[in-house]
Amino acid sequence: MKREESEFAVIGGGLVGAAIAWGLARLGKQVAMLDEGDIAWRASRGNFALVWVQSKGLGMPAYAAWTRRSSDGWAAFADALGEETAIDVAFRRPGGFALCLSEAELEARAAAMHRLHNQPDMIPYPYEVVHRERLRALLPAIGPEVAGGIFSPLDGHCNSLRLLRALHAGLQRRGGKYLSEHVVDRIEQRQGMFALATSAGEVRAARVVLAAGNGNARLAPMVGLAAPVRPQRGQVIVTERVEPFLHHPMLSVRQTDEGTVMIGSSTEEVGFDDHVGAPVLAAMAARAIRIFPCLGRLNVVRTWAALRVMSPDGFPIYSQSMTHAGAFLATCHSGVTLAANHALVLPPMLEAGSLGTELAAFGGKRFDVSAHG
Amino acid sequence: MFRRTVESTAATISLVVDGNEVRARAGESLAAALLAEGLLSFRRSAVSGVPRGPWCLMGACFECLVTIDGARQRACMIRAVDGMHIETGEGRRRLLP
Ligand SMILES: Cc1cc2nc3c(=O)[nH]c(=O)nc-3n(C[C@H](O)[C@H](O)[C@H](O)COP(=O)(O)OP(=O)(O)OC[C@H]3O[C@@H](n4cnc5c(N)ncnc54)[C@H](O)[C@@H]3O)c2cc1C
Ligand code: FES
Repeated sequence: MKREESEFAVIGGGLVGAAIAWGLARLGKQVAMLDEGDIAWRASRGNFALVWVQSKGLGMPAYAAWTRRSSDGWAAFADALGEETAIDVAFRRPGGFALCLSEAELEARAAAMHRLHNQPDMIPYPYEVVHRERLRALLPAIGPEVAGGIFSPLDGHCNSLRLLRALHAGLQRRGGKYLSEHVVDRIEQRQGMFALATSAGEVRAARVVLAAGNGNARLAPMVGLAAPVRPQRGQVIVTERVEPFLHHPMLSVRQTDEGTVMIGSSTEEVGFDDHVGAPVLAAMAARAIRIFPCLGRLNVVRTWAALRVMSPDGFPIYSQSMTHAGAFLATCHSGVTLAANHALVLPPMLEAGSLGTELAAFGGKRFDVSAHG
Repeated sequence: MFRRTVESTAATISLVVDGNEVRARAGESLAAALLAEGLLSFRRSAVSGVPRGPWCLMGACFECLVTIDGARQRACMIRAVDGMHIETGEGRRRLLP
């Protein structure tokens, strides 16, 4: 069997792994990115493509700051990726809305934003509560039941399939290796090197980054880490293409750069099951039509489901191993939003061999029950 | 470019395509009927505006969209029915006035 050897092995070729691998390759590192085959659980192929800030970080102000930093870095990230790969990932940040169908819903959402901003150590960011009258001028398509919404100028979106393709292309242009059909089964550290036993032979690397999405739960303990992530299903509907009429992304409805309208995404605890189901899709479509009645005239082109990678508290996990020096782990449920950080902020830390203090709050140790005892 | 190769006893029906009468065979797919008529461009790409026509002929690619009696449908998945009104050449629709 052939043997691969490199400075960094990144396990997982989804958005998290690919962003980190590209970032490392840009720093001149030799990188091998290991992935499964065509059949795998991949949030990165089925997501809603928001680069979303508002409402993130209630319960962990560090997450709000981390998210904002990525949002602010996204334009430069998209430009750099575009320059290297000639792929336009269609990033736009026109500001986004979370729309509410009743006064009560709007009040609850406004209260949550208030609580978020009242947390100690919270670095505030701009948002406003927009009531119906003003909203109609901004979004003429809203239906009669829309009471208002929360607007944040920091919210945006992109074309996330192109993002994934661009990261892969960028990695390979910089000499990084993409090893698909390399399912990692075991990780061992011998004489300062990591030996990864895969379905296609052994891969060796001086350092290893676990970015395997839901696969992290099984892999993390092999290097003394914990990543108790679970799959959470989200269903999405996409319509035929129409002339641009929605100029802002919404939490559950957005028009893509190519004209389709996406309606998302359910949150369902069903384990490793990515089937779609008419009742959930019908409820999503019905709510979308209450928000924008004109959507009722559109043909649905496709529906799908994908599995989010969810931690117990919903926040990302970034850890480095104390028992296996040189092993790191990164996972989150907003891998589109955080892609700029994963590509530009994390890799210098990985190169230096130590995650920065701003990531201290994100360690996997927080899920260790004995740590709170 | 396309022609029917099998003799058939199926009845001849008539469709209205962009205002013109077109003859077809009962039971054949609308895409087949239009292709046999020499029509290769069914619509325009909603992204670039370039002409598009049937490609997969099995419902997967959505290249064959036409407007049938007011609704956008895949011509390859619909049987030609006597008296159908079909419009071709549509690109990206406007949803709001
Ligand atoms: C419906 C839905 C909507 C979403 N909407 C948004 C959104 O609007 N904005 C946003 O920011 N995020 C969104 N997300 C989340 C986002 O898609 C994920 O955070 C991101 O894709 C996670 O990327 P990942 O690389 O960690 O995981 P994945 O994409 O799941 O990739 C993990 C990879 O690891 C590989 N792997 C696993 N185990 C092994 C192994 N043992 N050996 C080798 N390889 C392995 C898998 O094959 C896979 O390719 C959404 C997710 C879903 C499901
Ligand atoms: S030709 Fe592909 S869907 Fe009709």
